[in-house]
Amino acid sequence: MTNNIIELRDVSKSINDHSILSDLNLEVRNGEFLTLLGPSGCGKTTLLRLISGFEDPTTGTIFINGKDVNGLPPHLRHVHTVFQSYALFPHMTVFENVAFGLRCQKLPKDEINQRVAEVLKTVKLEKYAKRKPDQLSGGQQQRVAIARAVVNRPLVLLLDEPLSSLDYRLRKTMQIELKQLQRKLGITFIFVTHDQEEALSMSDRVVVMHEGCIEQIGTPRQVYEAPQNLTVAQFIGEANIFDSEIVAVDGNQLTVNIQGKHRTIKSPRSFAVNQKVHILVRPEDLRVWDHAEVENSNNMYPGVVEEVIYKGTTVDLMVRLANGQLVAATEFFDEDDDRLEYAIGEPVFATWLSGWEVVLPHETP
Amino acid sequence: MKHISSSSYLTAIYLFFYIPILVLIAYSFNNAQYSLVWHGFSMRWYNDLFSDSDLWVAVLHSCILGISAATIAMCIGGLTAISLYRYHFFGRKILYGLIFILILSPDIVMGISLLILFSLLQVTLGFWSLLLAHITFCIPFVVVTVYSRIVSFDEYIFEAAKDLGAKDSVILTRIILPLLWPALFSGWLLSFTLSIDDVIISYFVAGPDFEILPLKIYSMVRLGVKPEINALCAVTFGLTLTLIVISQVILRKKP
Amino acid sequence: MKHHDGILKFFSLSIIWLWLVIFALLPFCLVTLASFASHDDIHLLSFPVTFANFQELNNSIYVKIFKQSFYIAGICTLICLLLGYPFAYIIARMQSRYKSLFTLLIVIPFWTSSLIRTYSMITMLKPKGVISSILMALGIIDKPLSLLFTDTAVMIGLVYNLLPFMILPLLTNIERLDNRLVDAARDLGANRFTTFRKIILPLTMPGILSGCILVFLPAMTIFYIPDLLGGSKSILLGNLIQNQFLIAQNWPLGSAISVVFTLMLAILLFIYWRSTGKKEHREFL
Repeated sequence: MTNNIIELRDVSKSINDHSILSDLNLEVRNGEFLTLLGPSGCGKTTLLRLISGFEDPTTGTIFINGKDVNGLPPHLRHVHTVFQSYALFPHMTVFENVAFGLRCQKLPKDEINQRVAEVLKTVKLEKYAKRKPDQLSGGQQQRVAIARAVVNRPLVLLLDEPLSSLDYRLRKTMQIELKQLQRKLGITFIFVTHDQEEALSMSDRVVVMHEGCIEQIGTPRQVYEAPQNLTVAQFIGEANIFDSEIVAVDGNQLTVNIQGKHRTIKSPRSFAVNQKVHILVRPEDLRVWDHAEVENSNNMYPGVVEEVIYKGTTVDLMVRLANGQLVAATEFFDEDDDRLEYAIGEPVFATWLSGWEVVLPHETP
Repeated sequence: MKHISSSSYLTAIYLFFYIPILVLIAYSFNNAQYSLVWHGFSMRWYNDLFSDSDLWVAVLHSCILGISAATIAMCIGGLTAISLYRYHFFGRKILYGLIFILILSPDIVMGISLLILFSLLQVTLGFWSLLLAHITFCIPFVVVTVYSRIVSFDEYIFEAAKDLGAKDSVILTRIILPLLWPALFSGWLLSFTLSIDDVIISYFVAGPDFEILPLKIYSMVRLGVKPEINALCAVTFGLTLTLIVISQVILRKKP
Repeated sequence: MKHHDGILKFFSLSIIWLWLVIFALLPFCLVTLASFASHDDIHLLSFPVTFANFQELNNSIYVKIFKQSFYIAGICTLICLLLGYPFAYIIARMQSRYKSLFTLLIVIPFWTSSLIRTYSMITMLKPKGVISSILMALGIIDKPLSLLFTDTAVMIGLVYNLLPFMILPLLTNIERLDNRLVDAARDLGANRFTTFRKIILPLTMPGILSGCILVFLPAMTIFYIPDLLGGSKSILLGNLIQNQFLIAQNWPLGSAISVVFTLMLAILLFIYWRSTGKKEHREFL
């Protein structure tokens, strides 16, 4: 018996000969918080609907708890969904909404009352049991939707962009609450979002999807710090990309040519001499120096400040390099360093510490 | 200035709508047979009216017809609207288009075509022919009323119910019907009114043994102005008004 | 379970399809067939199949009635639009808290039996009726004016009956119009007239078209309005069909008239359908 609660084997889905998902393989571990992350239209919601049973895969098999669920209707899968719009029944009270699934199973009344009360307490809504959905705030409605699903004790809870209709502040609070709730319940959560920040901050593992394919599966740190390709790198966080060429290889020590300057960098991947590569540097890793601070500009790239964006804890700079490329740099305020007063048009040097970059094979865009 | 001109325009149109009806009601209390001049308040035309047993038979017939037609049309139309929304099936667009054409098709064409049908099938013209005809012209209005309400729902509530283990029958009785009853009720009311008011279609498919109110009024009106008809129209108008107010009050309340 | 769900679907769909086929499609096919039947004194419909009914329609009397019906219905639609549009516009943009009352006052005539409303017009229009008496009292005319049994009376009756059908779709449509669009147009320097022509009119076109359809179609066929208010000359298509079926007992000819009439309407509706791009068809209730 494996520890995987859900397994997808070569799952594809096409609608009207239009391929939505192709050859997906995915293993969801029991008890984890897994996020499906991708831009809208990447197929993440379709994947969720395949798992929940609202749609059937064109080819491939889905196992839930080791059982092939092909053709099994949604409510027999021990998987429940929290919908984007919550889909609360507007004519029922909170209690009736939550009790709905249990009543469909025709459980005894006492057990229903007890389980509903229990779950309402867990989501801190016990005082609102008699209210109707339209008398609740967005965050409360959200919790009713979750309560309505978890009261049936599913193996897996599927959440389809459940936070997207909340405002920014409430979303932040709900992110924390959801994460805590998941730990408390010990249920596997599969969470769909297009917000990379949300994905990184909540998940145990992130599945990055693009155009119906899984690009990378990994912990938030892995997908951010070691993206497997340009798509992942560009979708998760911002990235400056330098086109470059390998000049020399010595073990995992590479010498590359970036805009006419040679640099020595490290990469766990192996590359051949003359191979074209992308060098990826996150804005927070890019350092900007003004001319007075620099003595040796060998390893540095000259440019001109084009835009200064003050953000409170950081200053974002847009720097136009000598070859015309625009790069972004995020400078953190440092109490010892008051030289963050950059002027637009000021000539500067940009560089980064070797080892903080990521080297990816060249992709034709 | 602009305000004055627009309110006087509104007033003019409202007067156009209401003066004839109000005059009619006023005359129904006038103690004179033909005169336009006020001869004092009188209830005698109402007495005449309420003692006209033929008329009461027609009213009774119309009510039976209206209630049955509206109820059956509400059931069939409601089920159709729900199916149009919930299921994907062959000919869904054709069905929708057909219902639309039926609303737009002229009453008179429907009247004669049903007359030909009934005469070929040798259906005796009377209650049953009227009932079938009335159900037929009411169904599309119910479908449109209910459908426009059902599309305003969050489509995911049906999926959510299914996800929680509800069978189709449970979804129908516990989710759809409780949410839809205002729309079903207004569909019923619309059908009832259409049935009670219909002259054109009924004119073709009614038989001599089953007289209904609109045709009775029509035949009375054709014979000329009589104070008794004034009273009848006043009563009917009063009833319509009551129904409208009731429906407004009930439909204003949200589920 | 699947089986059970299927039953409900099967039941609903078969009942509506059966109903529509038996009571809508079949009867219409029968009318079409009847229009090719022959007429004799014993049978309402009989063989052989003939085109005679359609040839008879070429008769100048029938052509004249067709023309007159379309003309009167057209004028009536135009009057309703001209009267109804400003009215609907004022109510729709009204800020008053009595707005729902004003709307209700339009809904009431909409729901009141049109037969009764037609009848109420008789009292207004007849010689020694209300209008005539008022005009005489004001000294504008010196002998009773009989408006009743004229084409004018038919027109007044039609407009009186059908105006709510123009106003209500317009009202819903104009209410949905985003006020900010009008403000934006004014802000960008458009004057009242340009704003109306370039912004308001195109955006309320669906309402205008639904209203026109809802007025134009019945205007030709409400046979009891010409019957009660018009003279013997005022015969519209509705009266013609009714005569052929119930008085002349010439069903084939009546059917032929209906078929030609339906075809003309179908063409009109098709043009409308194409011009609005098939959307917004459930606008009008």
